[in-house]
Amino acid sequence: MQARQDISRRQFLKVAGGVAALAGLGLVGCGGSNASSSTASTTTTSLSGSITAVGSTALQPLVEAAAEQFMGANAGVQITVQGGGSGQGITQISQGAVQIGDSDVFAEEKLADKADASKLTDNKVAVVGMGPIVSPDVTVSDITLADLASIFCGTITNWSQVGGADQAITVINRASGSGTRATFESNVLAGITVPDTFKPQEQDSSGTVAKMVAETPGSISYLAFSYFDDTKFHALKVGGVSPEAASVEDNSWTIWAYEHMYTASTPDAATQAFIDYMMGSEVQGSLVEQNGYIPVSGMKVTRDATGAVSAN
Amino acid sequence: MPKHRLERCGLTVTGACVALVTVLVVTLIVMVASHGLATFANDGIAVGDFLLGTTWNPHQADANGNPTVGALPMICGSFAVTILSTVIALPIAIGSAIFVVEVAPGFGRRVFQPLIELLVGIPSVVYGLIGLSVVVAWTRSWSGSTGYGILSASIVLAVMVLPTVTSLSIDALASVPHEYREGSYALGCTRWQTIWNVVLRSATPSLMTATILGMTRAFGESLAVQMVIGNSAQIPGSLLTPASTLTSVLTMGMGNEAMGTVYNDVLWSLALLLMAMSLVFILIIHLIGGRGAVRHG
Repeated sequence: MQARQDISRRQFLKVAGGVAALAGLGLVGCGGSNASSSTASTTTTSLSGSITAVGSTALQPLVEAAAEQFMGANAGVQITVQGGGSGQGITQISQGAVQIGDSDVFAEEKLADKADASKLTDNKVAVVGMGPIVSPDVTVSDITLADLASIFCGTITNWSQVGGADQAITVINRASGSGTRATFESNVLAGITVPDTFKPQEQDSSGTVAKMVAETPGSISYLAFSYFDDTKFHALKVGGVSPEAASVEDNSWTIWAYEHMYTASTPDAATQAFIDYMMGSEVQGSLVEQNGYIPVSGMKVTRDATGAVSAN
Repeated sequence: MPKHRLERCGLTVTGACVALVTVLVVTLIVMVASHGLATFANDGIAVGDFLLGTTWNPHQADANGNPTVGALPMICGSFAVTILSTVIALPIAIGSAIFVVEVAPGFGRRVFQPLIELLVGIPSVVYGLIGLSVVVAWTRSWSGSTGYGILSASIVLAVMVLPTVTSLSIDALASVPHEYREGSYALGCTRWQTIWNVVLRSATPSLMTATILGMTRAFGESLAVQMVIGNSAQIPGSLLTPASTLTSVLTMGMGNEAMGTVYNDVLWSLALLLMAMSLVFILIIHLIGGRGAVRHG
């Protein structure tokens, strides 16, 4: 009996060691095959290889649609598009784990070491406009940028302070660190620090925010233009300017951001071809608008990572 | 194949399964722990500031230049929704278990248990959506608040843990030996006296296990809670003001923060805290199980 147990224990250890070794080999194997596929694609003349794009869930539908068309034209290329959030996209591209990192914000704002951002190539594939939305019972339809900032800092708490009915304001914010919130805060708050005592609600998905604003009386939040739905809630004008593509293009509507597709500074041929395709007329002229974005080609201004705007 | 080869083959396959699971669990714990402890080791945040701090805003620094990463609001929120949802669900669960086991066993087996199992299969996002449009609206209609908060979250969670607690309670009551009841009736006890003094008393350890398993589920649930609790990282002052839980902050923040930043490390610390809590829950279940076994001999 004793001897039998000894054997099984020894065998168990053997098996455990074997499994661990297998797992290790598997990991090495994965790393190895990745490297070889990228070298293969540079040596062949027709495009081949596999591209993984990870990151922003806001940008995901556009990249997926473009990838589908691109793969139809280039049978040798396999493109996988994953979500995970802008932080994931930036992390994985700067670690070299993927070929493309999708992000709603500049990499400089996400990375712990800002110098890492210079090792990446920034491809701005689209522009997204965002605007404040209010629940249907709010009578205010136009608001100044300063009042908007005060609402989101907690200093204005009643709609009567901005020309509306006597009703408490319920602020619904986006998740701290989400691309939408970063865009809104950098353009509306412009450096004002929100006091720690002001803790509004937070939600992380645009769909949920739309539903919450539609149902919560006196509420205000913000969404990308593509989520606007006049039957459920109202979009506010800011300083008399309507939230629409034309006013984003000449920067009279200032709450907008680029959608970025980051690549390594020297991407492989297939990745470069896909990025070129994203910037080309097949995507910029049709898919971008269909997904609710504004094409970069139509922009009359350029904005850099520090927020400085210059005319094109 | 000779018999001894077959024997060895079986041993290898089953042993490999065990080894795989062991490796998986150990790697998981090591990974969460190493990331979670980086907050304290690399970013220089004191454990006390993390566990007892009341301000959560990792993107901003406090007066001393340290990021404000107080997790106490979320810890309070998590415990509040867990306890309140259990308080709501437990009487209903035990009540229906008594009815099903002691009063109408036929109806219980044929109708009630399949119904309860149906509830288990509903995805949590569906509970969240129903909570958002029904529970939050109902709370708002009589309270004058926005409706988002601990009360709404606890109601949604109570419905979610109800099937777990109920079916385990049914098992607990059904496993009480029939001789106990017969002995009680022979002594002249009524059905109610038998249920209260004999059945519930001897099923107490199993009922506590059922309760704690329900609490574990409530503590770890994220999506449905996140949709109805309002996600505001403040110490809950009332049941009707927006609050947040460890899980809701985790799911909202994880995708947005790059690896290696302080915010990301702190989120891992929250995950570590969650894991430690579930370990505590499991430990309690084992302790109760051990005690029950000793008492029953």
